[in-house]
Amino acid sequence: MIELIKNTKIDFMGKRVYAFIISGLLSTLGIFAAVQIGLGNANLGVDFAGGTAIQIKFSKPINLHEVRVALEEGGLKDFDLQDLPTENKILIRVKKTEEKLGGFSERITQLLSQKFSDKQPLIDSTTEIGPKVGSRLRQDALWAVLMATLGILIYIAWRFQIRFGIGATIATFHDVLAVLGIFYLLNKEINLIVLSALLTIAGYSLTDTVVVFDRIRENIKKLLKEPIETVINRSINEVLSRTIITSLTVFIVSVALFVFGGEVIHDFALAMILGVIVGTYSSVFVASPVVILLGRNLKRRP
Amino acid sequence: MKKGVLWRIILIAVTVIVALVFFLPNTPLFQAMPEWWKKTMPSKGIVLGLDLQGGLHLVFEVEGDKAVDIATERIATSLSGILDRKKIKADAKKEGPFVIVTPATMDVRKAVEDTYPALTLIDATGALKYRLSAKEMERIKATATDQVLEIIRNRIDQFGVSEPIIHRQAENEIVVQLPGIKDPRRAVEIIGKTAILEFKLVDDESRVAAELPPSILPGEETQLFERFKDKIPDNDEILFQRMVNKETGVVTKRPILLKKETLLSGDLLTEAKVSIDQRFNEPYVSITFNSTGAKIFEDITGQNVKKRLAIILDGNVYSAPVIQERIGGGNAQITGNFSLEEAKDLAIVLRAGALPAPVKTLQNVTVGPSLGRDSIEAGKLAGLIGTLLVVVFMIFYYRLSGVIADFALLLNIILLMGAMAALNATLTMPGIAGIILAIGMAVDSNVLMFERMREEVRAGKTPKAAVEGGYKKAFWTIFDSHVTTLITAAVLFQFGTGPIKGFAVTLSLGVAINLFTALIGTKTVFDIMHAKKEVARLSI
Repeated sequence: MIELIKNTKIDFMGKRVYAFIISGLLSTLGIFAAVQIGLGNANLGVDFAGGTAIQIKFSKPINLHEVRVALEEGGLKDFDLQDLPTENKILIRVKKTEEKLGGFSERITQLLSQKFSDKQPLIDSTTEIGPKVGSRLRQDALWAVLMATLGILIYIAWRFQIRFGIGATIATFHDVLAVLGIFYLLNKEINLIVLSALLTIAGYSLTDTVVVFDRIRENIKKLLKEPIETVINRSINEVLSRTIITSLTVFIVSVALFVFGGEVIHDFALAMILGVIVGTYSSVFVASPVVILLGRNLKRRP
Repeated sequence: MKKGVLWRIILIAVTVIVALVFFLPNTPLFQAMPEWWKKTMPSKGIVLGLDLQGGLHLVFEVEGDKAVDIATERIATSLSGILDRKKIKADAKKEGPFVIVTPATMDVRKAVEDTYPALTLIDATGALKYRLSAKEMERIKATATDQVLEIIRNRIDQFGVSEPIIHRQAENEIVVQLPGIKDPRRAVEIIGKTAILEFKLVDDESRVAAELPPSILPGEETQLFERFKDKIPDNDEILFQRMVNKETGVVTKRPILLKKETLLSGDLLTEAKVSIDQRFNEPYVSITFNSTGAKIFEDITGQNVKKRLAIILDGNVYSAPVIQERIGGGNAQITGNFSLEEAKDLAIVLRAGALPAPVKTLQNVTVGPSLGRDSIEAGKLAGLIGTLLVVVFMIFYYRLSGVIADFALLLNIILLMGAMAALNATLTMPGIAGIILAIGMAVDSNVLMFERMREEVRAGKTPKAAVEGGYKKAFWTIFDSHVTTLITAAVLFQFGTGPIKGFAVTLSLGVAINLFTALIGTKTVFDIMHAKKEVARLSI
């Protein structure tokens, strides 16, 4: 039997003060990011902000600066340029267009095909989103996150106890916020694909939490006399190896996606990698301590 | 053999076969199947989303208010004609949302209300002031979306796109998906054009006409309107003709003063086709009116010889030739420096008819074919490597039991593909990510069970009892953790559009199938192993 982790007796709950500090920082960062997103100060994708995004592929390597100059000479203002040098691709984004859709992509293509005809610019994709759709999507996204967490809260509260439900929900929020915060720090674009990764994290990070809670529920019956910290510590130690291994397999495929999955899915994979790490951490250091905070008597159903 | 094991083996075998049959169309093998198979068996399989096969995704909003406006205008115009034919001397015109009819006599009132019962009289002092009833306005808005949908469908059919998806979304939105389209810009033009064709007289007699500058640059229109705002005669308006200098390519706009009244419009068309002018070798669109239209056209031309008649599409003047003589037969030509393609597209939109209301593009996503191909290749590679790593890890860590888990993983992948094919689900790039994630999560259930079994073994249970205990105790953990993932997948499905929906579908199918493979698939293998003799040691 190969065992990664064997008979550990780590005092997880004794370290909960440190854990709260770390989690508090991560969550604060996430809340700050969420507020910035709400105010429109974050790097929002065109699907949320409205505007135009055009991805262009060249046959030869291209100098980003030259592209910028060419577009500026063509009279284009307020655009973002980004390159994917390994594939000779550039991404142009024009945000918050008040004027009607349709104008930009044509102008940009025309400008670039004139200037860089030797590098055969080819349009990979264009995305034009009207401001109305953008704001509706932002609203829908907020609803989706709230609905998902509410659904989880109700389910866990029904299957366990209300305080476990609250613990799981707080852990879920924590995970989503932490990844969102890190994305904000890295100045990664927040778009629909990243949002779906966040919701997936919300669902998946619970797997570990459920495993731990399940064991706590079981041990409560066995260890009637023990204080709550002992019950929780013992439960976490008992299931530690499976918590880590289940996360590890998803971590492995997420890394494979990150490295080999191509540009479209790159940020999605990054969010999943971060989410799996944070989710594993939170099932030990967030969900269970919150349960303790909500009351020491586990036998009595609140 | 333990009771039920045989049944479970049969169940697994049948589901695998069914899954393979459904998935077959997505493999090259399908082409090699006999004719009867292709005809009777599932042939569609998994559909590639627009982001993977390339194409165009459009969302339009139908501007219902404008449909009401246009309907009001049309009523005002045709009222004039109808009153005229009834030999009633009266005048009808549109003012804002109202139709104003003068004089306000009982005769006129009766004639108007008999013809258009949907008009509500607002005021009868001085002039008859009508407005469309609230109910009629609602009806127009509701039917406008339906009509736009029909006309867009018609245009796309004539344009020639294979397997377009056109449907209504919400009250007044239309989604158009054109997979694999080569010239997206042209398609957007054709679909989104309102295509209201109107014939109006040029007012060359007014002094203002002489004062208008011969041409302005694009963007200077508002300036011009400001200048002439107070000078334009009551029944006139200024529209522009787009001019392109053939040598320099410079675009200018020529303002033209027109009589507001629409003498004839495109709804009386029966045919529109492209012809080539023999002298200048320039394409133009020749149109044919039905008998009513032909009669009106003959009257207009007959009464206005030597005057100019403007041909206007969506508020832009295309040409304004001088009427040389009365033209019978109902044929007219639209010229205007078209390229052959532009002329063809114009003919299409004129044939398919004008939209009852303009549409606004809310969303336009175009994906080139190469990006999709790259995405699929990258997805396959990532999936293969991810699966291999997980497979190797499971065997390394759980030995023979790991092999069993890998068997369940394989079963999982086959069933997931089969289920997606059976539902004709759309595979999108996030969907591929969903499949790969599902692979990572698929072994989770087995990990949970194996860890439980190890506990049982440590507690001194026999291998067989350890397996039974592991399954029983891990079941609810697995169930609960799957349900939470399903909850978020359901939310994603509810809220998501296109690619995200595809992701939600694969994720939830993956989770549901995982329950089956983990709880029935691996369990069956263990049962077979333990059926004949008591195994001395559990390889876990």
